[in-house]
Amino acid sequence: MADWPLFEVFIRSKHGLNHKHVGSVHAADRSMAIENARELYTRRNEGVSIWIIPASEITASSPDEKEPLFDPSNDKVYRHASFYKLPKEVGHM
Amino acid sequence: MYAQLVETGTSKLKTLDEMSPEERQFQERINDEIKIEPKNWMPDAYRKTLIRQISQHAHSEIVGMLPEGNWLTRAPTLKRKLQLMAKIQDEAGHGLYLYSAMETLGADRDEEIDKLHDGRAKYSSIFNYPTLNWADMGTVGWLVDGAAIVNQVPLQRTSYGPYARAMIRVCKEESFHQRQGFQILLTMMQEGTDDQKAMVQDSINRFWWPALMMFGPSDEHSPNSAQSMAWKIKRHSNDELRQRFLDQTVPQLELLGCTAPDPDLKYNEETGHYEFGEIDWKEFFDVVKGNGPCNRERIEARRSAIDNGAWVRDAAVAYAAKRQRRAA
Amino acid sequence: MSNTVSKTLEHKTPEQKNVAQVTQTPLVTYLLRLGDSALVLGQRSAQLCGKAPALEEEMALMNVGLDLFGQARNWLEYAAELMATESEGNNQGNIDADHLAFRRDAQDFRNLLIVEQPNGDFADTIGRQFLFDAWHVHLLEGLAAASDKRIAEVAAKSLKEATYHLRRSSEWVIRLGDGTEESHTRMQRAVNNLWQFTGELVQFDEIDQVMLDAGIAPDPDTLVTRWKATVDEVLNEATLTRPPYDAWMYTGGKVGHHTEHLGFLLAEMQYLPRTYPDATVW
Repeated sequence: MADWPLFEVFIRSKHGLNHKHVGSVHAADRSMAIENARELYTRRNEGVSIWIIPASEITASSPDEKEPLFDPSNDKVYRHASFYKLPKEVGHM
Repeated sequence: MYAQLVETGTSKLKTLDEMSPEERQFQERINDEIKIEPKNWMPDAYRKTLIRQISQHAHSEIVGMLPEGNWLTRAPTLKRKLQLMAKIQDEAGHGLYLYSAMETLGADRDEEIDKLHDGRAKYSSIFNYPTLNWADMGTVGWLVDGAAIVNQVPLQRTSYGPYARAMIRVCKEESFHQRQGFQILLTMMQEGTDDQKAMVQDSINRFWWPALMMFGPSDEHSPNSAQSMAWKIKRHSNDELRQRFLDQTVPQLELLGCTAPDPDLKYNEETGHYEFGEIDWKEFFDVVKGNGPCNRERIEARRSAIDNGAWVRDAAVAYAAKRQRRAA
Repeated sequence: MSNTVSKTLEHKTPEQKNVAQVTQTPLVTYLLRLGDSALVLGQRSAQLCGKAPALEEEMALMNVGLDLFGQARNWLEYAAELMATESEGNNQGNIDADHLAFRRDAQDFRNLLIVEQPNGDFADTIGRQFLFDAWHVHLLEGLAAASDKRIAEVAAKSLKEATYHLRRSSEWVIRLGDGTEESHTRMQRAVNNLWQFTGELVQFDEIDQVMLDAGIAPDPDTLVTRWKATVDEVLNEATLTRPPYDAWMYTGGKVGHHTEHLGFLLAEMQYLPRTYPDATVW
């Protein structure tokens, strides 16, 4: 028996929000994967849009690389709005 | 519980000093309540235990559809039919969430399901009891889902990220199941005929003890508990959860105007807890070993569904391959 | 045509209302046809619980079942309200959707014969669903524009559901038809066996005529044309042979003459209310 491959599922729960990973489904093809995701992850009006992607096509960063990948941004404080001190008179910006 | 007697493969708990640097870092992460994610390093025993526990949990959801499916075609009103169908569908969904979490550990769903079908994998003992009257749909929701919720709420904080997230989803959706069940019973007890009231009491008589058994054997007879607790894939002892369940359930039983089939059941003013009689652990172990009233039937039902569907799944794969070839 | 149907059934206790005795206007009959077809097909999907060919399909089959039971409830509630008002003073006040679903006998059901056919294998199940969906969608498209506001509302809601059902059942017919040799053989056999029940989908009788005149039922020619177009398109893509449209057809469901299967389906479905006739709540 050939098994149905695994697809990762991403749901946009409301207009204006990002698609968010919710889990996976098995399906024979992509259109079945969309339907299976719809049946499984949107039974309670949770979604307005679904993305599916074959799990085998996902490339993930390795936790071993966590430091080189993510630590450098830790000290880039100038990327955050609070880094820039402005006089009170400027008001909300 | 839905995952009973999960083997951890470790007889003795290691201290931090006895651990390898990797193990130690892993354990410290757990102690700090930082979730373990799929690509993080984890001890092999942790991975295997989780696969066993999550698959057992998932199998329970799937097998658990059967005793309720037994009454779906006979639900007495359209409203009850819709509610029951939605509930059973949720259970299928919860099984799928859990299998999905399990697969992040590198386990293969079809292989794990094969283990269920050939008797190597377990599922909750409770689903090996038959559902014999309509009130059982109420009792299963009230007692069985009630017991499951007591167990699952702490699992939302379990150490493995995908499992914890699946449990959050499950708990959110399951809140209606227990209420639905209790309402079936309450309606019949408050407004029903004598026949209906008798149905309710009969159902409670049959499910009371099996529900208490769901939490598994007493702590002193649960050799795997200590390791599971250290890994935080189990957060409370069996006895603690059983007591919590009983304390919340007895007042509801009284509200129904029903009795429990336990002459020793009484409230202890000093401890503030209910005390209960001796659980028949022989029955529990018999059922777990495959000798419950419905074990063979349940497994056979699952196996034949999947076996009979093989040509359908094959056809879908063959068609997908054809279409891909045509598109190329 | 006669606007009333009156019958007496003897097996009911005096306190129970005799549903079949109630005045049945063409509108009520029409609603019963809609509601009963949804109910009986829903019951067939309930029978599949735990038996789907893949776990993902359990979800899908039950979603279809939930939609159909919901539709049945909407149509039957409307029918029951009309029956209650039309027979006012005639002691028919307590008829509701449940009463219609659980207390009528087979000859009072007005569902299409195709929906009561057994589940068989997955090809039979999906073939039955597809042939029904292909008709149902086009019927509901028409009903969504009905002069009767309530019918239009229920139809519009049901149409969304049926459109999804059709998408799914079409895809499965195509997958099975164009999948493996075995699935092709099974799918073709299912279509051949079910075909005799499709004549009823496009059969136009006096009730339909009254409903057409009242601005409720859609134009039958359009319905037939659209139904055929959908069937032809899908069967063709599925590499299946469509049996001839002028083949001999088995009809009768719309007037209460059913196949042998309905009695068993109802015996199971109505078991509790029939066994405990005094129970008023569940």
